[in-house]
Amino acid sequence: MTKKNRFNSSERCKMDFFIQLLINGISIGFLYGLSAMGFVMIFKSSSVLNFAHGEVLAFGAFLFLALVTSAQLPVWLGFLVTLAGTFVLGFVIERIFLRPLIGEPLIQVIMLTVGLAAMFKGGMLLVWGGNLYTYPDFLPEGLGISWGIVQVPPVYVAAVIIGSLFLLMFGLFFKFSSQGIYMRSVADNQTAALSLGVHVRRVFALSWAIAALVAGISGIVLGIINGINVHELSSIGLKVFPVVILGGLDSIGGAIIGGLIIGLLETFTGGYLSPSLRDVVPYIALVFILLVKPYGLFGLVEIERV
Amino acid sequence: MSENKLLVINNISVVYSDVIQVLKGVSLTVEPGQVVSLLGSNGAGKTTTLKAISGLLKPENGEVTEGSVLFDGKPIHNHSPETITRAGIIQVLEGRQPFKYLTIEENLRVGTATRWGKPYKQDLEKVYHYFPALTKRRRTLAGYCSGGEMQMLVIGRALMAHPKLLLLDEPSLGLAPLIVREIFQIIERINREDGTTIVLVEQNANMALQIATYGYVMENGKIVMEGRAEELRENPDVKEFYLGMGVAGTKSYRDVKAYKRRKRWL
Repeated sequence: MTKKNRFNSSERCKMDFFIQLLINGISIGFLYGLSAMGFVMIFKSSSVLNFAHGEVLAFGAFLFLALVTSAQLPVWLGFLVTLAGTFVLGFVIERIFLRPLIGEPLIQVIMLTVGLAAMFKGGMLLVWGGNLYTYPDFLPEGLGISWGIVQVPPVYVAAVIIGSLFLLMFGLFFKFSSQGIYMRSVADNQTAALSLGVHVRRVFALSWAIAALVAGISGIVLGIINGINVHELSSIGLKVFPVVILGGLDSIGGAIIGGLIIGLLETFTGGYLSPSLRDVVPYIALVFILLVKPYGLFGLVEIERV
Repeated sequence: MSENKLLVINNISVVYSDVIQVLKGVSLTVEPGQVVSLLGSNGAGKTTTLKAISGLLKPENGEVTEGSVLFDGKPIHNHSPETITRAGIIQVLEGRQPFKYLTIEENLRVGTATRWGKPYKQDLEKVYHYFPALTKRRRTLAGYCSGGEMQMLVIGRALMAHPKLLLLDEPSLGLAPLIVREIFQIIERINREDGTTIVLVEQNANMALQIATYGYVMENGKIVMEGRAEELRENPDVKEFYLGMGVAGTKSYRDVKAYKRRKRWL
């Protein structure tokens, strides 16, 4: 009897561990997906790969840190100001650095984003240094889920809620609002959009602004989970690459699914194999998926009517 | 002079990339309510003329270097497409360029970009009324439509912007004769019912001269002939070179030496 019980409890322990990893993976995946979404948005509207994405993400996290610690703003206000701040930052980046390069070869624009990345990273190191910061504890305990032995910390619940909320918002925005449809039209055929009077430069600016905003959000939540460090956070910008390539570079839905897959792979590798492998396995999976689906899982296969 | 003219092009030259001159002193006028057709062979500069009007030269590194384009009496040459479209000139691009990954209805909604925030339901109904074929496909991705439907879609999309002047670039390109006929009938109706002024660029001179009130013939970046559509239809040179008829209607193969009979105006 006792033996059987012990067997059961170890079985349960395994199950709990699995569920724990699953939930962590999903929440991290949502955040990867969210930041990848911003990346995809820029790529879709202007075909630019933004190498400064991770730095913008880190900037969001640090801005929030400064607002809630140094400026002592209430958390909700700090969050809103961070959203506004990153939105404006995206706008300004487009206006100052990218607009003069419209019409230049794409490689120059991409190299410019590499330069921007270095500049932002340097600037943040100058102000905050390479130390690890943490946010004050502000998430209510009640947000956490405790379900048997499975404990889901409040951050992870918050990550899932924020992630899905913004995804839903942007999904509706792109599907139904006029501005969203104009943005998709520019991604589809720029000349045709121009011929109909779509303000293409405004669409570029808007997509940079929205991309910076979602990067800022994922920066904050990742900062709550892992702590805030310039190097850590900006390296997430690199992790966006397997996510978007996996999902298909031009699919916003694919970015989310890609994010979930990479998030799950990472946490399961970290949990079952070895924590040092967690950064490698996603890339291995990527190679195999691309062998089967070269456009990524949800990438658009060019509609070609003959 | 230009009071009752909707569009006046005064002796414009267009140069691409600062070196390639495509238009050499083109002048034309369009009166309100007219259908003006612009004929000519490939590379004559018809599309460039349209782009000089609509401002779409700029993304292709082209520029109006001399002369002026007046719309409603105001100069618009080298302005950005955003301002020109908002003044009421909409160009329908050559070769049917729908937004492939947007549905028919979303494509039409992009046409409202110049009037952002204004109601558009009625305009949708109007477009579906002109093009009933689009109604049942309104939720289909435009990329999967037939060529005729795509052409109807891009014309309808331009109508959503309430254009005062509609520039159509080869609407008959690569379409079956029956569909071409249908589309030209609709173009004529748009002109008649909405009073939209139309500039029509065509290779299909026969069709174009049937619905046009006035016509211009372009060759090598210049206008070489102009006149009322009936006159052009009867002109022997136009007949031979653009309508595919010999001088005497038919002629024997012995006389078909096209290289001998040069186009006189060159």
